[in-house]
Amino acid sequence: MRTLLLALLAAALILPGATYASQADTLVWGRGGDSVSLDLAQATDGESIKAGIQVLENLVIFGKNSMDVEPQLAESWSVSEDGLTWTFKLRKGVTFHDGEPFNAQAVYDSFARVIDDKHPLHGYGKWRYLSLSLKPVKSINVVDEYTIQLVTEKPFAPLLNNLALWLCPILSPKAMYEYKDQIGQHPVGTGPFTFVKWVKDDQIVFERNEDYWGEKAKVNKIVLKSIPEPSARLMALQSGAVDIADDLDPDSIKLVEKNANLAMIKRPSVNVGYLALNTEKPYLKDPKVRIGLSHAIDKNAIIQAIFQGMAIPAKNPFAPSIWSYNDSIQPYEYDPAKAKKMLKEAGFDFSRELELWAMPVSRAYMPDPVKTAELIQAYLASVGVKAKIVRMDWGAYLKKTSNGEHDLCMLGWLGGNADPDNFLYGLLSADTAKTPGASNVSLWKNQEFTELCKKAQTVFDKQERTEYYMKAQVIAHNEAPWIPLAHTTIVRCYNKRLNNVPLRPNGLNSFQMVSKN
Amino acid sequence: MTLGYISRRLFHLVLIMFGVSVLVFLMLRMIPGDPAQLLLGEFANPEELESLRAQLGLNQSLLTQYWIYLRNIIQGDLGNSLRSNAPVAGEIWVRLIATLELSLAAMFIATVVGVAAGVLSAVKQRSFLDYASMFLALVGVSMPIFWLGLMLIYLFSVKYPILPMMGRITLGLEVPEMTGLMVVDSLLAGNGQAFLSAVKHLLLPSFTLATIPMAIVARITRSSMLEVMSKDYVRTARAKGMAESVVVLRHALRNAFLPVVTVLGLNLGLLLGGAVLTETIFSWPGLGRYVVDSLAGRDYAAVQGCILVFAALMAAINLAVDLMYVFLDPRLRVDE
Repeated sequence: MRTLLLALLAAALILPGATYASQADTLVWGRGGDSVSLDLAQATDGESIKAGIQVLENLVIFGKNSMDVEPQLAESWSVSEDGLTWTFKLRKGVTFHDGEPFNAQAVYDSFARVIDDKHPLHGYGKWRYLSLSLKPVKSINVVDEYTIQLVTEKPFAPLLNNLALWLCPILSPKAMYEYKDQIGQHPVGTGPFTFVKWVKDDQIVFERNEDYWGEKAKVNKIVLKSIPEPSARLMALQSGAVDIADDLDPDSIKLVEKNANLAMIKRPSVNVGYLALNTEKPYLKDPKVRIGLSHAIDKNAIIQAIFQGMAIPAKNPFAPSIWSYNDSIQPYEYDPAKAKKMLKEAGFDFSRELELWAMPVSRAYMPDPVKTAELIQAYLASVGVKAKIVRMDWGAYLKKTSNGEHDLCMLGWLGGNADPDNFLYGLLSADTAKTPGASNVSLWKNQEFTELCKKAQTVFDKQERTEYYMKAQVIAHNEAPWIPLAHTTIVRCYNKRLNNVPLRPNGLNSFQMVSKN
Repeated sequence: MTLGYISRRLFHLVLIMFGVSVLVFLMLRMIPGDPAQLLLGEFANPEELESLRAQLGLNQSLLTQYWIYLRNIIQGDLGNSLRSNAPVAGEIWVRLIATLELSLAAMFIATVVGVAAGVLSAVKQRSFLDYASMFLALVGVSMPIFWLGLMLIYLFSVKYPILPMMGRITLGLEVPEMTGLMVVDSLLAGNGQAFLSAVKHLLLPSFTLATIPMAIVARITRSSMLEVMSKDYVRTARAKGMAESVVVLRHALRNAFLPVVTVLGLNLGLLLGGAVLTETIFSWPGLGRYVVDSLAGRDYAAVQGCILVFAALMAAINLAVDLMYVFLDPRLRVDE
C-alpha cells in the first residue's frame, strides 16, 4: 500500500507538461462563491446575477460600459401620452435555447408569473425586490405576436431602468412549465450562452449558443469556478488556471498590477457607502449639528486607510457615473475646528455619548465596516463628540436601523437600477422614512425634497427629470441627513490572453464579446 | 456479536436522530436573524419581507413548522433550501460525496504515514528517527492548516506548477457518474487520464487535511506500541525466536491498534462533518462550506438536513468502530 502511494506521488511529480492553465477556447472565471438561483427574477445575490445574465436576456439592457438603457429583446418602445402605457416592439426570429420561439406570449408569461397571483406559474417562485422590478406594472397586454404593452397605475419613468435590471428576464414558457419551482436550477433563455451543467459549490458551465440572434459569442465555453479563498483566487489567476478573478483584495490588486501577464480595468461604480444620522433624535435634529459632524470626518483618509485608495469620496447620495449627478455641490471639507465651532453654536450637548452602529458584514461599498467605525469614532472624539460603537447580527441590524433605533448607522446601496430615483426617493424621501421598515434610515422627512422626487417619477423627459434631481441633491446637501462616505472603484482583473473584457459600472456584464488568444 | 446487538444500536440511532432534529430545529430559531431579512438584505421593504416570510412558511407557529418538518423527514424529504429552492437532500448528497472522497484520502494518508511513523518511533525508541518523527508530529498538530494549504498551493501550483490547486478533476475531462467518487468512477470507466487527474487533484488537499490526524495517529501509535512492547506475550514471542518484524507487526501492532482505531473513527467523523478550511482553500465543493454558508444565510432547511446527516454519520461510525473492536479484540465479543 505504501509503495502504491509513493508510486502515485512520484508519478504526479515526474509527469511533465501539466501546467493546469485553462484551455484556449474556454473562459474560466474565478469568483468567491457559488450562485444560488439562475432564475434572475428570484435572485438576490451577485454571484447568481453575474452567471444568470450570460444565459437570460431582458427587453432592454444597460450599455456595455455604461448605465444607459439600450434595446435587447425589444427593438423599440414608446410611451403613451398619459405616460401609463408602454408599448414594446419585439425582435423577430429569436428562439429560446430549447428551440421554442420568442414572442409576446413568452414575455407575458415571464412577467405575469411575477405580478399576477392567478398566473399558473406564480406559485413556483419566490419573487424578490418587486419594487425594483415589475411592481409598478398593473397589467400586461399581448397586442400581437411581436408587440406587448405594460400598463402602469401612475406614470413611472424609472420603469425602463427596472426592465434593464437583472430582475426582469424572459424565459422559455415551456421550460418554466416543465421545471416549475426548479427553473432556477435549469435556466432556459435566449442569451449568447446556453446552460450546460452546474456542480454545486464547484462550477457552472455555459456553452456558446450557436443559434444566437445577434453576434455569436467568441469563446466556446464559460466555466464559472467557485474559489472562496481570495489568496487562492489570486494564485489561480497568476498560474493561469483562471482567466478572470473577481473580488480581489487591494493587496492582491497591487500584485496584479505588477504582473506582466495580467491586466485590469478600473471604473467608478454606482454604489454608495454612507453614515446615516437619525434626524428624529432631538440631539441630531438640527441640520447645523449634522453639518458640524460632517466637517469632523476625513473621508479621504478613510478611503486611503480602508479602501486602500480604491474609492472616491462621496458628496452626493449617488455616484458621478449616474446621470443628473450634481457636481456643483461643494463637499463639507474636513475641518475639525469648524466642526467644533458649528456644534458649539448649535448647542450640541458634548456630554452625550452617541451610538455609532457598525455593520457586521462587509460589502463592496463598505469593505471593513468595523475599522471604518473605529476611524469615525476617533474623528468624532477629536472634536469632542463621544461615540460608542454598537455591533450586532446583520439581520437584527437591518431590522433595528429600519426602526430608527440608532443614532448614527453605517449603510450603503449597491446601485439598484441605477436611476437617481432609486437613491433619492428610495433612500431619502419622506415616503420611505416610515417606521417600521424604513429604507430612509435617517428618517429625514423633507416635503420639498420628496415632492421633487415624486414629480421626477412622472416625467419622461430626461432633461426635466435632471433639473428636479439637481435641486433635490442641493436640499439633501444643505440638510445633511447623511454623511456620504465613498463610492468604490470596481476592478476586473484578468489574464492578458483575453480581449474585449467589458466592465459595466455595476460590475455585471455578458461575456459574449470576450475572446481568448 | 449478533444481529440483535446491531438492531438495538440502530434503534438508538433513531432516538438520537429524533432528539437531534428537535434540538437543531429549536436552536436555529433561537439564533437572532430572520432568513427573509437576510435573503433580501439592505434592499428589503416591509411588504416584500412579509410576503417572502409567508412563502417560506416562516409565519406559521413553531409547532406547525416542526410538525411539517417532521412529517417530511419521515417521508424521506429534507425539504427545499430557503435560499435556492432546490431539494436539500440532493444538495447535501453531491457535497457529501465530495467530502467523503477527500476525507477517505486524508484518512488513508494519515493512517499509513501515521502508523508507520508511530511504529518506527516505538521500535527505535530514543533514536534520531524517534525524535525526528515525534518532532514532525508536534509540528503537524500545531500547523495552521490555512497557512500550510496556501503554501502548498504557492509551491506546487504557482512556483512549480506540477499539481492542480483547485477542483476535483481537470476541466473538460468527463467521467460517467457512478459512485460520485472521481477516483473510483474514473477507474470504473477505465479512463487512465481521468484517474490520474483525479488523484492529482486529491493530493494537495488530502495531504493538508491529513496533517493533524497523521500527527495524532503517530503519537498514539507510538505510546500504545511502547506499552504493548513491554508486555509478557511480546517477550514470549521473542523468546520463541520469532523474527522481529513478525513480533512487531503481528503481535504488538495488532494489540496496540485499539486506541488508534478509536482516534481514526473520531477523526473520520470530524472530517466528514466538513473540513471547512481545507475545502475553502482548495475550492473543494464539500459539505463543510455548505453548512457554513447555509448557517450564515439562516437556511433552516439546509442546516437541519446537514446536522441530521452528520448525526447519522457520527452514529454509524461509532457503531463501526465498536464492531471493529470486537474484530480486533476477541475478549470484547458480546455475549447475547
